[in-house]
This record gives sequence, structure tokens and C-alpha cells, in this order.
Amino acid sequence: MVIRAEVRKDVIAICAMHKDEPSPLMIILSQIQKKYGYIPLEIQEVVSQETGIPVAEIFGVVTFYNFFSLTPKGKYVIGVCLGTACYVKASQPIIEKFQTILGIKAGETTADGLFTIEAIRCMGACALAPAVSINGKVYPQMTVDKVAPLIEEYRHMEVKA
Amino acid sequence: MDKITNAESLQKDIEHCSKAFDEKIKGLGGKRAVMVCGGTGCLANDSDAILKEFEKQIKERGLEGKVSINHVGCFGFCSQGPFVKIFPEDTLYHKVKVSDVKQIIEDDLIGGKICENLLYVDPVTKEKVVRQDDINFYKKQMRISLHGCSLINPDLLEESLGYDGFKALKKVLTTMTPQQVIDEVLQSGIRGRGGAGFPTGKKWQFAANQKSDIKYVVCNGDEGDPGAFMDRSILEGNPFEVIEGMMIAGYAFGAHEGYFYVRAEYPVAVQRLLRAIDDMTKVGLLGDNILGTGFNFRVHLREGAGAFVCGEETALLNSIEGKRGMPRPRPPFPAIKGLWGKPTCVNNVETLAQIPYIIRVGAAEYAKVGTQGSKGTKVFALGGKINNVGLVEVPMGTTLRTLIFDIGGGIPNGKKFKAIQTGGPSGGCLTEEDLDTPIDYDTLIARGSMMGSGGAIVMDEDNCMVDVAHFYMDFITSESCGKCSPCRIGTKRLYEMLTQITNGQGTEQTLKDMKELASVIKLGSLCALGQTAANPILSTMTKFPDEYHAHVVDKKCPAHVCKKLMQFYIDPSLCKKCSKCARNCPVSCISGVPGKEPYVIDQSKCIKCGTCMAGCPFHAISKR
Repeated sequence: MVIRAEVRKDVIAICAMHKDEPSPLMIILSQIQKKYGYIPLEIQEVVSQETGIPVAEIFGVVTFYNFFSLTPKGKYVIGVCLGTACYVKASQPIIEKFQTILGIKAGETTADGLFTIEAIRCMGACALAPAVSINGKVYPQMTVDKVAPLIEEYRHMEVKA
Repeated sequence: MDKITNAESLQKDIEHCSKAFDEKIKGLGGKRAVMVCGGTGCLANDSDAILKEFEKQIKERGLEGKVSINHVGCFGFCSQGPFVKIFPEDTLYHKVKVSDVKQIIEDDLIGGKICENLLYVDPVTKEKVVRQDDINFYKKQMRISLHGCSLINPDLLEESLGYDGFKALKKVLTTMTPQQVIDEVLQSGIRGRGGAGFPTGKKWQFAANQKSDIKYVVCNGDEGDPGAFMDRSILEGNPFEVIEGMMIAGYAFGAHEGYFYVRAEYPVAVQRLLRAIDDMTKVGLLGDNILGTGFNFRVHLREGAGAFVCGEETALLNSIEGKRGMPRPRPPFPAIKGLWGKPTCVNNVETLAQIPYIIRVGAAEYAKVGTQGSKGTKVFALGGKINNVGLVEVPMGTTLRTLIFDIGGGIPNGKKFKAIQTGGPSGGCLTEEDLDTPIDYDTLIARGSMMGSGGAIVMDEDNCMVDVAHFYMDFITSESCGKCSPCRIGTKRLYEMLTQITNGQGTEQTLKDMKELASVIKLGSLCALGQTAANPILSTMTKFPDEYHAHVVDKKCPAHVCKKLMQFYIDPSLCKKCSKCARNCPVSCISGVPGKEPYVIDQSKCIKCGTCMAGCPFHAISKR
């Protein structure tokens, strides 16, 4: 994969922004992840050149944390909470329903690049259990029956856009 | 706000802001105040839109001079949100919708009449409750950590100053020596709220004894225990209180830099903290020569990236250092050699939130609350199968019965209480027989669980305890960092054994093997994650031996949760032969003749999705 010149420039700028911080790697990676949705090896190489941290070490960090991804995530990231409070209120059948309808497993992205399903370990919205979040928006008290209409809502938004 | 350069100017600001805040709450000058909850729970239920609607309508009606609209932090009673509170009457409206705003403005704010339909109704007495403090959920609570949450606007330094903020800092910097601060905290008896319950004063003393120009205070806001959300609510509701606690810690043991480590999953908390840090820096409450006393302190924030193990203090330090969040062997403890090799104290959010209170009221007063070995209050996140889901702060020593039934309002749908899980993936279950035990750090451990961060998940008769243990093991295996093999491999094997049991392939030998392996993992693991990983299994095995027995010997799941060990069954005497189940069945495994023969499920084909049971109009289908 070849990275576009403006992306390279941007990543270099992100690295420069934090050069005075002690051990800035996590901050840099977080920012890249938030902006681009993933951190492929090619980007890690740029970060390595800019910070002097070996690529092997950066790769180790990227693969350690759930928040960082090596592959692009969908436009809409569906997080189904499997924290204890949600789990005891039956969130497992809800994630299964998302998986059946979208035909992907947790951690995967649909072929059209629209949806990613993620199993979340508690977003701290336990009073809303079972909770689902899509790109950060929390949907409280989910039920299996609400899954299909919710996906439709987002597909509809896409068609309109 | 002008620069705060010395104790006198801070005192002036405190007086000025307290007066303004007091006026707002008491409605002096005839102005009324509307508070709208801006906690994550209420935000998910559109409280932001409610706030905007209030602002819009108040402006349209030209009421700006008579009503102020404020956004505040979490009310704690999250299952009843979004909340809107009206001062000075102290009227609390619950489950407010955007469409209710008009009514609140017209009836209450203009008409002076309480909107009866928006009041909380006590589920037992069926009476409407007007004031927050009269609701059972709040009656037995005592708010120290949650001080100011749901009262002050967490985005405004002035509001914090108007509600006790930075009084403790002023007292510490102007009248106390660092050693006096440590002694005060030691005497208060406060223990770390993060889980292990180590005395905070002792930790500070260790760090204070180290000779080093550079030391760090780290605030652990990596609240990973699923089901716990008190740290999030405190940071969202009153970030200033925590920063103040951190500064006092820094002064006490000689640190000039503080780091917040907050989960990436808590964007609202991160944003409010950053704003608070920024505003404090602008007025000179952070930076060099604070209050002209020569004390320098700077605060930084680092976001986590989704790793449960980073809640372990040494893993957290590695993460701040930009490394994989793997624990370090201890000793050396962080107080000796921590962040970047310098003496460091890692304190939990809730611990730091209690520090300003301790300084304000004094150690002796603080120590009056709680039990012999555990002082002060603890915030619990009540969740799961309980009516009043939310955050409750109670004195240490409160019984589980008070917590679950008086405050929590009992179990929904008339179901029977089965267990309460405390301490998250490191803790255990408590049952009926533990209900009257006063809870503190020591009694919980004696009863086979632990305090942990304060997550408390209630389970009813519909929850299978083997499945719960299986759930925690799944969690642990995916969150084990992989550094030491007892945890990395051992928990995986435990998980497999539990899977066998829930699939009906377990034997009594499996149970013995699990116990043996659990003790190996406990002894051999590097950090607390591994050392406590087997607790959910051991605790459920001890408290619910019959349930394990039913799974391995009778091959039955008494709660009908484990799919391989349960069946859906159509009662022929209740079946009205309508054929709805057969039409709904995704695998066409139900047969019968409409109007003539009752329907039957072919168990060999059934995938146990439950669609038939959910759809049956005559409740003829049940699990067995």
C-alpha cells in the first residue's frame, strides 16, 4: 500500500505536535486512530521515522490495545456492550442478532465498508443496559427486536446521503 | 476570571462564587434555576436536546432574567433519567423528554405549579415524591466522593469555587506542612478506592520518604471493571474535586507533575477534565508558584486505549510511557520506582475525590463515618437485575440488604434475589446469607469476594451462576496481557473447562481440575489480574455447588440459560394450534396441524433461538 502524500504529511505533523511530550507514542497513535480509523504498517513506519521508536515496538503497542486497529473499520462502528450489567440483562442475543443480520462476526467489517461490529467491555452506561453504541451514540435498553430497524435506520441515512 | 495569585485573592473568589451559587440555589432575587443532567446515561436519553430546548424556549419567552439553565453532572439515579431539577423549590422531575420542556416552563416556571406527571413515583407506596432527598434511593446515601455532582456545572471553575472547591487546597498550601497533610490522611484511615484497599496515607509516606527531584502523582481513571461507572461519573460531574485531590497529594509527597489516565471509552469525562485543567491553568491554580506559595504543579492527561489490565498500576505506568500495558514485577513498588523510574503514587479517582473533604472537615470527623477498618463512604454502581440502577454512595459498613432492597428498590418483576457480584472479574458472589453483613474491605474478603472498584451486579433466579463464571473467564482470557504463563495459559484452560460444563460435557473430575488449576494461577501469576482471575469461579463453586452439580451430573441448567442443557417445550394443553410458532421458526423445526394438532418442537433441529417462545400469544411455550 502506498500512502498518499497528504496523509504522510499529516502523520508527520501529528508526530511533531507531540515531540515535547515524554513518551508520546500512545498520544500519537490515538490521534491517528481517531482520525483515520486504523493504523496500517505503512503509517507505523512513518511514525517510527519521526519518533525514532523501532517499528517492532510500535507494532507491539498497536496490537496490544483494543482501541487500535490494523485494518480499516466500517463507517459505522456498532459497539454492543458485553459488560456484566448488560450481559446479565441478555446482551449476548443482541450481538448475535447483529452478527446474523450483517453476516459478520464481532471485530469484522461488512464488505461494503459500512458496518463494523465490536464487543465492548462496559461503556459505563450500566443503567441503560443492555446498551449499544454506534459511533459513540448510545442506544439504551436494546432488545433483539430493535436490531433490524436500527440497522435499517443507518442504511437509510446512507441512501439519503 | 482574574488571575488567582495568592491565598487572599482565592479567598475573595471563593466568597464571591459561594455567594453567587448560594443565591442561585436559594433563588434569592427571585431567579429560579433549572438543572439538567449531563451525565453519560442521561445524555444517551437526549438530555442535551432537553437542555437546548430549555435555552431556546426561555429565550423566546424572554425569561432569561428570571430563569437560569444549567447543565450539571450525574444524579446517580440513572435508570430514572433524564433528570431536570428546579431550584429553589428543589423539585425533581424524572424521565423528562424534550416534549415535556414546554409543560415545565408553562406550568412550573411560569405558573408555579408542580408538574405532577413528571414526578418520581415510589414503586412501593405509589406516592409521588417531589424532592430528591425524599426519594428512598437517596435517603440513606452520604455524598463525599459525589460532592457537587448534579449540583455544579462541571465546565465552570466558578461553580466549583462556589461549592467548597479549593478550600482544602488553600488550607494545605497556606497552613499545613507536607508531613502534616500525610499525617492527616493517615489518621483519617482512608484506604484506596481502586480495589485493593491499601491505606492511602501509607502510600504517600513511602513516596515522601524517597529522595528525588522528580516525583509523580498518577490518577487511575482506567475504570475497566465491567459494571462500575463511579469514576466516570465523578470525573464528569466534578472534575475539579479530583484535580484538587491530586494537587494535595502532590504537595504532600513532593510531586510537581500529575497524570490522569482515563479510559478512551469515556469521551465526556476526558473533555471535561481537559477543560478544567485548561481553565485552572489560565487563572494560575495550576502552573508555577500556585497561590504565591512556591508550590508548582502541572497536570497532564493520557487516554487509555482499551485494555483492562491497564487498571493495574504498573501496567498503567507502562501505558503512560507509551509501551504495551503489561505489569512490572513488584517490588520495586511505584512509590519507590514508578513512572519513568521516579517515585510515583497511583491513586484511584474516588480516593482523590475524598481527599479535599478529609482536609476540609479534618481526619477525626471523617473517621467517624465507616467501620473499624474501613473509613468513609464508598460509591457502588448498582446494576443488573435491580429496580434502581445507579450510583449510590453509602458509609462503609452499610449492609447489602440496605443497599439492594432499601436503596436499590429490590428485584424487578417479582423475581427472587439470587446473588450480588462485587469486585468485578476479580471478585466473587454474595448470597442471601450475606445480606446482613456490614460491607467493608475486610468483611467482603472474609466472605469470599472483594470490594474492587465498587461494581455491584445483582442477579436473580434467571441467571445461571456457571454461565456468569464462564462470562468472567471469557473476559479474563481476552484481557490477560500474556506476559506470564499461569495467567495466559491457565485462564484459557479454565475457560475451556467451563465451556465443557456449560455444554454438558463436564464431569466431577472437571470440577476438581478447575479447583487445582485455580490455585496454581493464584500463586503463580505476576499481577492482581491473574492472582484474582479464578475468584469468580471459586466463589460461585463455593456458593452454588448444587448448580455446578446439576450441570455436570444431571446435565441440566437449573436457570435454563446454558443452551445445550435446556429445551423449549410446547405445552400441548395450552397450545391453541394457531401455527404462529411454526411460521416464525427460522429452522422450520416445529410441526403440527393448524386448528387440529398441537405443535411439537423437533429438539434435534432446534437452535434454541427462543423466537417461538417470544411470539407465542398463549404463553404455551416454556424452557425446561
